[in-house]
Amino acid sequence: MRELTDSTLDHLRAVVDLPDLTGTRYELEGEIGRGGLGVVYAARDQQLQRRVAIKVLDSTLPPLRLEEEARVIASLEHPAIVPIYETGTLPDGRAYYAMKLVAGQRLDRYLHAQLSLSERLRLIQRAGEALAFAHTRGVVHRDLKPQNVMVGSFGEVYVMDWGVEGVAGTPQFRAPEQAGVAGGAPDHRSDVYAMGALLQFLLPGAAPRPLRRIAAKAMAARPDARYVGVPALLLDVQRFQDGLAVVACPETWWQQSRRFAIRNQVLLLLLAAFVAVKFFLFFLRRL
Amino acid sequence: MNKIVTGLVFGAILGLVDGATAWFTPEVRPAIVTILMGSTVKGMVVGLLSGWFARKVNSVTWGVAFGAVIGLFFAYLIAMQPQPSGNHYYLEIMLPGFVVGAIVGFLTQRAGGPSQQTA
Repeated sequence: MRELTDSTLDHLRAVVDLPDLTGTRYELEGEIGRGGLGVVYAARDQQLQRRVAIKVLDSTLPPLRLEEEARVIASLEHPAIVPIYETGTLPDGRAYYAMKLVAGQRLDRYLHAQLSLSERLRLIQRAGEALAFAHTRGVVHRDLKPQNVMVGSFGEVYVMDWGVEGVAGTPQFRAPEQAGVAGGAPDHRSDVYAMGALLQFLLPGAAPRPLRRIAAKAMAARPDARYVGVPALLLDVQRFQDGLAVVACPETWWQQSRRFAIRNQVLLLLLAAFVAVKFFLFFLRRL
Repeated sequence: MNKIVTGLVFGAILGLVDGATAWFTPEVRPAIVTILMGSTVKGMVVGLLSGWFARKVNSVTWGVAFGAVIGLFFAYLIAMQPQPSGNHYYLEIMLPGFVVGAIVGFLTQRAGGPSQQTA
């Protein structure tokens, strides 16, 4: 009997793992990623003639987990949160849900050295707006990381893989309370920590000090030392972009004066011109 | 505060300050009240026009230029009037008027929102 090669075995394993979409309106195209609860595939909706993404729950997990995740996402109607189309069960008993297929790249792949600071901050703002919105609905992401942020082909930003209870997070982006290091249960401030880590990840090596301080404040070990919420963090980022002082980086009197002078240099120049004209005329009369 | 009101307020304040400096010129000191009133009214007119312009054109450069030109123009109209001594103070009135107009033009562009619309 002829032995199968490793590559053939791998292929067979992959084929066996593919979900059977018989009885659904979808035609499988291929795997596009793996999330905390299962695998995401690209598929074609034969009824509406459009491509969709289908997340299929890991067979070892109870179907309720995916349904819960689907319900969480469905409750979040926001431009930066991928909408759910429908949920269902495959012939093999695994739960799935269909959602919008985002044509774009994961943030960790999208990020390149030439990306401007303002573009990096725009990505943070968009992702943060989605989180802030979710928090107003009582939903905490719990696993925000670059791999869970998609940047669409038109620059649109989507926050993916909304966590449900029990998701432990990813070490680099996980708040101490999620890892059980610090006391207290994870809450929306755990997402503030992850936002800080995401900001730190997005910042270039020579990032301005105020931005690094914003990331550091968001990533404080104690939740009460962080920003009170994602909107406060975004406001501080916006203040930096507007040329204002940021909460995370208190300034001395001299720095405040310098910033005021830079921001109002035209007005100060005009006022100086007025004073100079008056002095000029005063001394002209005395000649 | 809309842009026209902003222009009126800043024009009045800067006009008052401009006029008040006449106190340092002893020969015109007796007419200080008239100068203050004239300068304030001139500032308000420049502010009013700059505010109107700021509602039409959203540009700091053009705002400053417009304010400076009309400030210069109104200062010229005042400087044309001879003093009781028969002298004209073109330079003393027109040069500060030009700068005050530029400042008011700048402030009306930067400060003040659009006037509230009513149904």
